[in-house]
Amino acid sequence: MTTILSARADTPKFWLLAAIGALVSAIGIGAALYMEHHGHSVTGMNNQIVWGLPHVFAIFLVVAASGVLNVASIGSVFGKTVYKTRGMLAGLLCFAMLAAGLVVILLDLGRADRIMVAATHVNITSVFGWNMILYPGMFGIVVVYLWTLMEKRMYPFSKPAGFAAFIWRLMLTTGTGSIFGFLVTRQAYQSAVIAPMFIIMSFAWGMAVFMIVQKAMYRWNGMTLHPQIRARLKNLLAVFVGAVFYFVAIYHLTNLYFARQVEFERFILLDGGIFPLLFWGGWFVLGTVLPLILIFTPALSKMSGSVTLASLFVIVGAFCQLYVFIIGGEAFPLDIFPGMTTSSSFFDGQVDQYSPALPEWLLGIGGLGIAFTMVVVGVRVLKFLPEDNIAKLQASGALAD
Amino acid sequence: MSANNNRRSFLTASATMAAGAGFIAIAPGISLIEVSHARPAGEAASKANRWGMLIDSNKCTAGCDACVKACSTENRINEQVADPRQRSQWIRKIDIKDKASGRQHSLPMMCQHCAEPPCVDVCPTGASMKRADGIVLVDRHICIGCRYCMMACPYKARSFVHQPLTEQNPEVPRGIGCVESCTLCVHRVDKGQLPACVEACTEGAMLFGDLADPNSEISRRIAQEATTQVRADLKLNPGVRYQGI
Repeated sequence: MTTILSARADTPKFWLLAAIGALVSAIGIGAALYMEHHGHSVTGMNNQIVWGLPHVFAIFLVVAASGVLNVASIGSVFGKTVYKTRGMLAGLLCFAMLAAGLVVILLDLGRADRIMVAATHVNITSVFGWNMILYPGMFGIVVVYLWTLMEKRMYPFSKPAGFAAFIWRLMLTTGTGSIFGFLVTRQAYQSAVIAPMFIIMSFAWGMAVFMIVQKAMYRWNGMTLHPQIRARLKNLLAVFVGAVFYFVAIYHLTNLYFARQVEFERFILLDGGIFPLLFWGGWFVLGTVLPLILIFTPALSKMSGSVTLASLFVIVGAFCQLYVFIIGGEAFPLDIFPGMTTSSSFFDGQVDQYSPALPEWLLGIGGLGIAFTMVVVGVRVLKFLPEDNIAKLQASGALAD
Repeated sequence: MSANNNRRSFLTASATMAAGAGFIAIAPGISLIEVSHARPAGEAASKANRWGMLIDSNKCTAGCDACVKACSTENRINEQVADPRQRSQWIRKIDIKDKASGRQHSLPMMCQHCAEPPCVDVCPTGASMKRADGIVLVDRHICIGCRYCMMACPYKARSFVHQPLTEQNPEVPRGIGCVESCTLCVHRVDKGQLPACVEACTEGAMLFGDLADPNSEISRRIAQEATTQVRADLKLNPGVRYQGI
């Protein structure tokens, strides 16, 4: 194999990337320590916006971690050869992003030092409590799955391990979506559609992350993706992006139909300041329409980098969508007295103004740094580069439409 | 038969007098019935009680915040915070106005001590808990500060401690990085005293008592007068009831 990252000549490049990743991670952890020392008073979060920017980053990482494994599942569970060679890289990305997302959530806790309390006191009625079981379980399953893919003697077990990972990650993302879906209180949440919406979001975001990482690895190795494989992967990304659009549309249309939800929808879609801007400009235009144009316009989709650009836009859209969903959902005032206007010293009845502070940005970006570092080190020490045997694929008909 | 009747009348009259006397204050914060409710140290809270409150918004004056001040003094919620949105508020006065009729009220809002508390359901560690006597509390020792309970509370009744604290009341432990809310002055209730806010309300708008005791004044009033549960549609069965809204 000629992977640049594993070649001696490119050792400086590896160390540079690893150092950048480590530095970003360290800055993020430093920001968390600063928050730990001073309390959350140094953040923009408050008693109304209780979950802020770190949660946007953390939930993106956790949801995308689940979805990136989709690539592996299509190979192992559904037997598609093109995806099988990508299983290991998908597993590594899943592990790295899940770990990074959990680190961000953990470091944002008011009492991060009580992690052992969280591990030893589990309330089974809490969706968070379920996640205390689902997340460690996911790590275990991914490790076993990677083992079955890497160790020849374990190959026969890769299908059951892949199946277990497939089922587990559906449960995992159901659990993540249900953190919000099970909240009866706030108008943005309390919807059964949120859990499946999170699953389909995970497919799109995970696929986008996979495409970007794969592109970077191929470029470093001077390799190009076979056009038929590229077409297949980009079309799958487009299907996922379209499916997210469908679920988001259903979510908002349902709300618009309920008189009690109209005011909230008006806030998110029309007059809520930054939230409609991020919803329409960020998620809809950048994160949905532009990727689909890049993927489906023949002249554009053939251009080098167009799929990577589409993937980047999907990720930008994902962050915008999560910001609107999480922060926007909290900024809209609680309807404690339906039919009444309210005011108080605790800002009842008021839309909350939230500005993320620097430590929040640094913690969130630090999470990306942690995932990045783990992936850089992972691809350096183990064989994760997806290599296609085109002749064999063509002979077996795996590339046939 | 006549003797029996006389005996029954006597017992009934005696019980009525005792119940009436129970609400006569013998010292600030202490009345006869409450002394009888004080639990010895070490004795667990009992399901035989369900502590609650009845708040009459007709008697609550807009602009009066005696209850809020009393709570702050009792529980030492007096930290200086640059961003008022990060300041803890265990009880607050809310001014509400009917959108259709324009009718206005002012009332105190705090933890409603629900029988089916969403904060307890969602807490990952079990730090949010409900005592046998219905008082909803946060266990400071196992709260990890995830704020999920704040996301789940329909009354915005919980606060997160955003900064280090000093000069605490030893009976009311608070701490940076933890979530907190009205404890119904559990430390006072356990001694047979009234919650600080109730004691401070000179308008008589706040009545504290045992909802599980059909003979308590709060139970009798709830049985006889129209009262409201805030967000009754959620079926949380709050221990705090309102009148006049």
